[in-house]
Amino acid sequence: METVLDIFSWIAIVGGGLFAMIGGLGVLRLPDLFSRMHGAGITDTLGAGLIILGLALQSGFTLITVKLILILVFLFVTSPTSSYALANAALSAGLRPLTAKKEDMSS
Amino acid sequence: MFRAVSLAAFLFATWLLLSGYFTGLLITLGVLSCVGVVLIAARMDVIDHEGHPIHIGWRSASYLPWLVWQIVLSNIDVARRILAPSLPIDPTVKQIPCTQRSDLGRVIYANSITLTPGTVSLRVLDDEILVHALTGGGIADLEEGSMDRKVTAIEGHADD
Repeated sequence: METVLDIFSWIAIVGGGLFAMIGGLGVLRLPDLFSRMHGAGITDTLGAGLIILGLALQSGFTLITVKLILILVFLFVTSPTSSYALANAALSAGLRPLTAKKEDMSS
Repeated sequence: MFRAVSLAAFLFATWLLLSGYFTGLLITLGVLSCVGVVLIAARMDVIDHEGHPIHIGWRSASYLPWLVWQIVLSNIDVARRILAPSLPIDPTVKQIPCTQRSDLGRVIYANSITLTPGTVSLRVLDDEILVHALTGGGIADLEEGSMDRKVTAIEGHADD
């Protein structure tokens, strides 16, 4: 049982680290601020989520797991809110997204 | 009044879970600080359907697993696009109609859009949200409207 839990927890932690790296790679590869936010979103959601899942599997049914889940809850509320603030500020400052075809921008 | 009691209960549960000490002194201090916070919140008049949205509690229970699954799916899709040498993206900006009646509902919808990689909400207006998507497919999924309907369903009546 211990070994099985360890295996799952390591898969989750390594997977989370991998997704965090892919998110970082996305920030480097994608062309403009708005599309780079999608890369950062991977690190925020699946990267952080899998790492916390792996850590929770390590700590079992303890208060530490409760705290880890609380971290995830707060992350899932605050990270889209700050992303929205960033995107909205960029748009208000006059930065326009690179798009293949021009769409109307009501602002 | 019900909301104030519920807020106090939430605060005290958080205190207990975060501290992990169950001695008389610390629990008394916890109760006192929770009551203090509720009094301040009541004086600031922020214990309402936005400050303490308990009315969406049980309805969001079915939405969250669905949202997490959508997040996983779109993460894998965006990760594949980032890793592909040709970088197959097609950034698109479009207004997506939203049917939520309260600010809280619109915030939940806009945050859900942003949480799903591949789509970021840029600006929330009264009945539409300006969305930036990494691919045209992301916009098409939102326009199909299942996320919008689910958020409107958990929002319930705005005057709850």
